[in-house]
Amino acid sequence: MNRKKAPAIKDATAFSLKLKPYEHYTLDNGVPVYCIHAGSQEVLQLEWVFNAGNCYEESKGIAAAANFLLKNGTSTKTAFEINEAFDYYGAWCNRTCYNETAVVSLHCLTKHLGTLLPVVQEMLFDSVFPEEELQIYKQNAGQRLMVNLKKCEFVAGRLIDSYVYGDKHPYGVYTSPLDIEALQLAPVKAFYEKYYKQGTCALFVSGYLPPDLREQLNKNFGQASISAPSGILPAVQSVPATEKKYRVQNDPDAVQGAVRLAIPFPNRHHPDFQKAIVLNNVFGGFFGSRLMSNIREDKGYTYGIYSYIQNHIQQSAWLVSTEAGKDVCEATIEEVYKEMALLREELVPEDELNLVRNYMIGGILGDLDGPFHIMAKWKNIILNQLDEQYFYQSIETIKQVSPEELRELANRYLQPENFYELVVY
Amino acid sequence: MISFEKFTLSNGLRVLVHPDQSTPMAVVNVLYDVGARDENPEKTGFAHLFEHLMFGGSVNIPVYDEPLQVAGGENNAYTTNDLTNYYCQLPAENLETAFWLESDRMLSLAFSKKSLDVQRKVVCEEFREHYINKPYGDVWHEFRRLAYSTHPYRWMTIGAKLEHIEQATLEDVKSFFFKHYTPCNAILVVAGNVELERVRELSEKWFGSIPAGEKYHRNLPVEPAQQAPRLLERKAQVPLDALYKGWHIYSRTDARYYTADLITDILGGGGSSRLFQSLVKEKKLFSNIECYHLGSTDPGLLTIEGKLVKGIDIKTADLAIEEELKKMMENGVTEQELQKVKNKTESAMAFEDMSLLNRASSIAMYELLGDANLMNTELQRYQAVSTEDILRESRIIFNPNNCNTLYYLAENESHT
Repeated sequence: MNRKKAPAIKDATAFSLKLKPYEHYTLDNGVPVYCIHAGSQEVLQLEWVFNAGNCYEESKGIAAAANFLLKNGTSTKTAFEINEAFDYYGAWCNRTCYNETAVVSLHCLTKHLGTLLPVVQEMLFDSVFPEEELQIYKQNAGQRLMVNLKKCEFVAGRLIDSYVYGDKHPYGVYTSPLDIEALQLAPVKAFYEKYYKQGTCALFVSGYLPPDLREQLNKNFGQASISAPSGILPAVQSVPATEKKYRVQNDPDAVQGAVRLAIPFPNRHHPDFQKAIVLNNVFGGFFGSRLMSNIREDKGYTYGIYSYIQNHIQQSAWLVSTEAGKDVCEATIEEVYKEMALLREELVPEDELNLVRNYMIGGILGDLDGPFHIMAKWKNIILNQLDEQYFYQSIETIKQVSPEELRELANRYLQPENFYELVVY
Repeated sequence: MISFEKFTLSNGLRVLVHPDQSTPMAVVNVLYDVGARDENPEKTGFAHLFEHLMFGGSVNIPVYDEPLQVAGGENNAYTTNDLTNYYCQLPAENLETAFWLESDRMLSLAFSKKSLDVQRKVVCEEFREHYINKPYGDVWHEFRRLAYSTHPYRWMTIGAKLEHIEQATLEDVKSFFFKHYTPCNAILVVAGNVELERVRELSEKWFGSIPAGEKYHRNLPVEPAQQAPRLLERKAQVPLDALYKGWHIYSRTDARYYTADLITDILGGGGSSRLFQSLVKEKKLFSNIECYHLGSTDPGLLTIEGKLVKGIDIKTADLAIEEELKKMMENGVTEQELQKVKNKTESAMAFEDMSLLNRASSIAMYELLGDANLMNTELQRYQAVSTEDILRESRIIFNPNNCNTLYYLAENESHT
């Protein structure tokens, strides 16, 4: 046995990847339901995706407050009773507010679904938004924000988005303690009426599904006055900052700085997007990337450095993000620019590109493991108004994109003078 | 029910195989029976620093990550106070690549000076990022030292101080490796789209010839029973006062562990839990409060932590917690309340077992505790806990003499 010699491998690019198709139907009111039935554990995940993200709000914090308070009281149940109803059956009901969408999700054992759906129905269509619950929410959200504002990385994340998109844009806007303080019940309720009760919604169900799922969903949600998403999103106009370079002092005791570099980038429908995902992996997308190899594994400036393209629907941004020792933040930025220059000037060697291709395909194979992961892929495709061809094209791109194409992309996008540059320390 | 097969190589390496043909992937999980509790008190943080060095090349293979990535795999590792666990996931066809990589680093490392120099810096940045540069980042550093007088749970996995990491030498690295990273101190779990016979063959081929090494016999100082309440006050540059309380509980293999675990859920598990409902929603003393324990192998701490609503006196908040505990110690819990946390446990286990990686690491973890099959009887142990058990154990655990309290106060408060 020769331990110096690697065992033969099957090239990951030789794998044929299949995205298990979903089952699709609509409820009586036209609301679409997407289902993946798979998995051996008798559990499931159900997500109600409303078009109720912050891009629909008229003043800051309304969408997030409406989303959060859905669980804090109906005409027959207090917040405690709602929590108890889920907790008793070992279920989790969460809600999350994004930019376009706002989601309510349920995770439960399949055998308890029938008991829990009516509780979700009540939350979605009979929430009462008690004044006291809003006051508690304001106080606790405000305090959480105070703690977060002490963290350089949190502040950096908000600022860099505001430079790229502008602070009026739903992707660049952020709430201050004063915004939270100013929240009033009336606009929260009005938002709920318009975007939940009379809103548009799609359902995504995955896991071990009961045979009568469709009837149960129809009974609980098919009669409500919600409808199918129109596919038209409110137009948003980004207003990028003119100044590119920022150094912000946030915490005089900080021993590290939060470094963020960013450029605006188009959305998934742009022909460069999938190729850029490959280039991003070479650049800073995973542990074996150039940024990580140079700045962590060679220089030891940081515990971790990554680049990524933001997961937004309408527009996006390409970012580099790290926390580095205060005295090496500037050196880190310089190294990032050096890595950009290498990608612009030299072809990515075949060996390295082959590694990245294999790593990415292996990752997708692992990502298709289990019903929740499969549904996450589909949800992303559907919410971005793409189709399954997008999935297969992305795999072909990973397998076939050439070093020349990557160099061309690097020349188009990885130009330091176009990057917003921020250190918060 | 998670099924697995087990065999042991002649060098003492335990191998557990969990086939699951529904996935195209395989997981190779190697657990080493060494954690921060096994460190020299003058050289803390070493087990974790060492974990980083395991990626700096082994005796025959200059780099670990690249060949795995070429095979379409991903990997990571973590160190706790009790153990160090390495795992990789890759397409099942390329299983042998993981055997090749994992066996070579069990055989011997490259012990590169450059790797040590760089990883010392990386770990110091990790230390700064998570424990210095974050508000409340050093709480557990303080709290462990308060609650443990003797047992090595006194220090955090990252280490007691930066200097310990900065001073690590290549000699330390070598002796640690040969003491702990041996087949007889390791557990190998192979899961996913694999066959038992093939795993047996690959295990013999790649791990069979590694010298057994000496079995490490753990002989840690035992934490003496606490005799009196302890209170520590700290001031820090944080926006809000925070309160931490911890009580010594039982070891992971003690039958009473399950009762203690359910008590934490009754007090602090989610929106309908006692502390949240009473202290956040009704009395509005805390902006958030949690009750948990870390599931450590040796006796751990049942912990309540909360951030106070601005303007609330910390003693008032502390008393309100005591009052809730008193209710439990006097009246116990209702059958319905107990059933609720049991249901939650059942559900949490089912969700955890969705992931192949989780199943593989659970098998390794339970094998380390003595028997991998414990994972299949765990739920029964929870089901067997009665309201009487809760009443009895809450009276023992929440004895005031068993209590450690940390007031972590906002420094700027006094100036306003």
